[in-house]
Amino acid sequence: MRGNAEAHELIAPGSLPAVLELLASAPGEWTPIAGGTELMVAFAAGRLGARKLVNLWGIPDLRFIETTADSIVIGACATFLDLRANSGLATELPLITRSASWIGSVANQSRATLGGNLVNGSPAADSSPALLVYDAEIEMVSQRGRRRIPYAEFHTAYKRNAMAADELLYAVHLPRRFAHHRQYLRKVGTRRAMAISKVAMAATALIQDDLVTEIRLAAASLAPFPARLYKTEAALLGQPATIKTIQAAQSALLDEVQPIDDIRSTAEYRRRVAANLIEEFLLEFSAEGAPR
Amino acid sequence: MSTSRHTIHFTINGKNCEVQAPPMKRLLDVLREDLHLTGTKEGCGEGECGSCSVRMNGELVNSCLVPVLQAEGADVQTVEGLASNGKLHPIQQAFLDCGGAQCGICTPGMLMAAAQLIERNPHPSMAEIREGLAGNLCRCTGFMRIFESVLAAATHAAESVPKKVHHAR
Amino acid sequence: MNTTAKTRIVGASVSRKEGADKLLGRARYVDDMERAGMLYGATVRSTIPRGLIRSIEFDRQIDWSEFTVVTAADIPGENHIQLIVADQPCLADGQVNHCDEAILLLAHTDKHKLREAVDAVRIEYDLLPPVFTIEESERQDQIVWGSDNLLKSFLLEKGNVDSVWESAAHIVEGEYRTGAQEHLYIENNGIIAEWSPESGVTVWGSLQCPYYVHKTLIKIFDLPDEKVRVVQTETGGAFGGKEDYPSTLASHAALLAMKSGHPVKMVYDRMEDLAATTKRHPSRTRHRTALDKDGKLLAMDIDLATDGGAYATLSSTVLSRATLHAPGPYSCPNVRVRAKSWATNTVPYGAFRGFGAPQAIFALERHMDEVATALGIDSVELRRRNFLHDGDTTATEQVMREPVIMDQLLDRALKESDYHAKRARFARENPSSAVKRGLGIAAFYHGSGFTGSGERILNSLAGVDVMPEGKVRVLVSNTEFGQGTNTVLTQIAAESIGIDYEDIIMAAADTGMVPNSGPTVASRTVMVVGRLIERAGLQLVVMLREQAGLGEKFTREEFFAACERLRAAKGEVASLVRYEAPPGIFWDDEKYRGEAYPSYAWSIHVAQVAVDTVTFSPEVEEFWAVQEVGRILNPVLATGQIEGGIAQGIGYALYEKVILQSGHMANNQMTNYIIPTAEDVPPIHVFFEEIPFRYGGYGAKGIGELPHDGPAPAIVNAIKDATGISFHAIPLLPEDLFAGLAAHQQIEEQATL
Repeated sequence: MRGNAEAHELIAPGSLPAVLELLASAPGEWTPIAGGTELMVAFAAGRLGARKLVNLWGIPDLRFIETTADSIVIGACATFLDLRANSGLATELPLITRSASWIGSVANQSRATLGGNLVNGSPAADSSPALLVYDAEIEMVSQRGRRRIPYAEFHTAYKRNAMAADELLYAVHLPRRFAHHRQYLRKVGTRRAMAISKVAMAATALIQDDLVTEIRLAAASLAPFPARLYKTEAALLGQPATIKTIQAAQSALLDEVQPIDDIRSTAEYRRRVAANLIEEFLLEFSAEGAPR
Repeated sequence: MSTSRHTIHFTINGKNCEVQAPPMKRLLDVLREDLHLTGTKEGCGEGECGSCSVRMNGELVNSCLVPVLQAEGADVQTVEGLASNGKLHPIQQAFLDCGGAQCGICTPGMLMAAAQLIERNPHPSMAEIREGLAGNLCRCTGFMRIFESVLAAATHAAESVPKKVHHAR
Repeated sequence: MNTTAKTRIVGASVSRKEGADKLLGRARYVDDMERAGMLYGATVRSTIPRGLIRSIEFDRQIDWSEFTVVTAADIPGENHIQLIVADQPCLADGQVNHCDEAILLLAHTDKHKLREAVDAVRIEYDLLPPVFTIEESERQDQIVWGSDNLLKSFLLEKGNVDSVWESAAHIVEGEYRTGAQEHLYIENNGIIAEWSPESGVTVWGSLQCPYYVHKTLIKIFDLPDEKVRVVQTETGGAFGGKEDYPSTLASHAALLAMKSGHPVKMVYDRMEDLAATTKRHPSRTRHRTALDKDGKLLAMDIDLATDGGAYATLSSTVLSRATLHAPGPYSCPNVRVRAKSWATNTVPYGAFRGFGAPQAIFALERHMDEVATALGIDSVELRRRNFLHDGDTTATEQVMREPVIMDQLLDRALKESDYHAKRARFARENPSSAVKRGLGIAAFYHGSGFTGSGERILNSLAGVDVMPEGKVRVLVSNTEFGQGTNTVLTQIAAESIGIDYEDIIMAAADTGMVPNSGPTVASRTVMVVGRLIERAGLQLVVMLREQAGLGEKFTREEFFAACERLRAAKGEVASLVRYEAPPGIFWDDEKYRGEAYPSYAWSIHVAQVAVDTVTFSPEVEEFWAVQEVGRILNPVLATGQIEGGIAQGIGYALYEKVILQSGHMANNQMTNYIIPTAEDVPPIHVFFEEIPFRYGGYGAKGIGELPHDGPAPAIVNAIKDATGISFHAIPLLPEDLFAGLAAHQQIEEQATL
């Protein structure tokens, strides 16, 4: 234990307006903390830079999952166990449910929040690929008001995002129009549980008359932040799902991604596995899809 | 810079308690240092090993990742709160009978995870047991005796629920 | 004794002696303890792998008057940890030889101020060129230890291997490597120390061998035996990792206690424990094997090297065990093992379950599969043709006088795993599946107890005494750290005396209270110390019959009444016995010839793996372990030992990688040093064939280390079966599998051009 509790301030304004007021009063000075599954790790390791923290855990305005006619809206402080327990997500947006089940363990899922996962902005964030291929939008809130941006524009660089210093991530909006898409998600870690992904990939696609008419691909751990793979998508859009198309997509992917060597894996491995995952997904509906 | 101590109230194993602590102090340290409940262990300090697992408001949490301020008003249960009236909790009894504990250091956290699992899911499959315990690392047992303990306790839980079953005795 | 006689308690799965305490959260581990006026201690460590300490500066931002500061100059006695060679300083004095080497100690009442203070000690070095690998050390361009970097070497020779090469039908060569492995006991190392001029040094801590710590402390403090007391607290896993290191940590805490005049607690956090404490020795083994046309072994020429790290610690004995396990459970007329342990500028490698055997057995059992492939013989059949049998001699020319049942173990393993049918099915299914499955085997023994003359030199003393309140106490220095020492020794005492399990308690493992029954290592406790307790119990009953009128048959009440009569007459009721070597034991330390171990435990492992060719992830799907470990005294505990060892062996093979960057462990967190979770350990099927060993406690042999020896080669053999590709090194992570498959593909593509 290398952190010193007395060197950090933690306050609990107790309501969303009070938190927003605090953030507005001193933009950038306060770091929100919800389930603590990232910040408390940094704290124990003596690496927590934030000296002033504001508590979001237990604010009911932020912990909800709402289903409207055309979307499912997830509050920033909904935990991954909340996500797993939601039947609407499980039936219509199952990749969210699955990615939630891969986060750490039960004791992490009971505390880790969707908003925290996104704001933390790890390149390996477990929930990101699924959100990206579901066209998620991020709603942010501040005393100045609310705004929504596509999640694909949320991360701007390694551990950087589009939020202003006085803003809080309020909710994630998921359109309810993927029930008939082909969906794919795979996380590759060294072990089955409690793993940090070395590569993760998600996809949603529509196939009509053997042609790819709609495609979204997204990956984690292949770039400084989780991102859509637009160039790879371009190689697939409007194409028949043939081996030739798969190979074109793989080569576009290898051009597009920029994985690194680190203590968890190698760039070469990540590239190869990413290419294999694309193939695995596409072979599912390729006419020539004889498994190897 | 330093922050003052706060008074924080919560219930611990069914009893009200009040502690004076910096709000960022880890629940784990409050349990061990302020409340002298040393059954809860620290194995890694980063939410990886689960030795510090406790239940907070009915959810399994790693107490090393909970700033005590967030426990304000909460209902916290530790390994010390499992047994009642001097009788081992069924999961404790099963660990004793089936060899689920060896060195004992992961055991308190493992018991909390197992108790949570069985309470939520009285008839877990092997896959569900594995998933429910995946956040609790044990280096001694290879998990087989632990799985058997959980199955035994789950069977016991099922038996203790009144059901229309003919007893042969 | 009659090892097959009916027993009441031995052989039953009685529940763990200290089980309820552990389950209720009542068991007291060192970090659960406080002493009045206690300070906390911390360590300032080297940030470089090798160099001279030029200066030590204390940042003026800190009020150092609040702190106790200890350097090498404060050591009253010898600045050495006493293991085999006294080369390792307790605190670096002028020079450092590895990253994270302890240089200076601090104590304070406030843990947090201590952390800041550690960072505020600035050390300047004159860098010296470091050596990080076996190969660099062998080249001897830089001499980092002694005159030649060689910590120890052994030569074992049987027959004459060089007479065979020319005439042999087949010669097969191979090189195999194993990586470092961290014990990852869930309880980190920790010690509390106290010092006073009157009573000397007392330490409480998480440790395996109280008398090892004692041996170091008397030298560090230059104190007589009785002025140093070492007490084991409940210990949260050890696996060898608390065999040697606690001597260092206890010295540190005790030095701070002496200088400050207060009790001092030092409990490492995970990052410090991973970075600064011992690991399993990395190894490189080269095999050259000659066989006749029928696949019978003619010669095994084995060159084995380990990386010992910066100081000698236990490298010589680890190397010895590696040497003696390198030829495996096979009969071969000509054997040569040349073994060397090399110094490098890394944290010293130390004891770890298996103690050199897992490294040697990985190489041999992988090599046997390579030999089988080269000869076109089924690998099961190759092993069967060469197994040792009763009456054969091992590589040290030890005659197998006890039954050797490798064929029987193999048959059982093949049957239980449905080996042949499954392999046929996988061969059919693999070509059309992205997941390739395979089965692999490892055959091996593990020598129980200390090597050669070791047990005679230890000369262990153990026994029982009787407390006035009506409890029999087991007096041993052997420790419980999960394996079941308390339970099994209690069963043995209850059995031999003829009273109940509940009537026996374990004396605290406290050097002020118990005799030296040797360390808790080398799978020796139940076999060697258990035998002493069995004899002590029988001797106690004889004493009571002869001197206190105890009848031939007796009740519990009659027994304790007789004890009190004896106490009234003699003042105490105690029965101590000393180790007696089995007859006919001969061992030559010079030539490495003779009875290497009093007994051997034998085992066959079968691993079933699935290799996903999309992710290059190898997973163990199912595992079978069949073993002969003498008599099983507690089936549940014995099974738990086997399963736990196999899980650790799976980690060794597929998950656990110590990443050193400039000699410092870069992945010193549980997030990045990956061990198998509940979702990763496959179903493990454990089977025992029991042949009681007449000189072991109620017929027991060693069990604890055996299961760690087999998983790695069985798994990597199974991966070869699944993919057709031979891997020669562990850990074998998906990245390595990918690299291996890619290289193989390239070779195949070139071949088809």
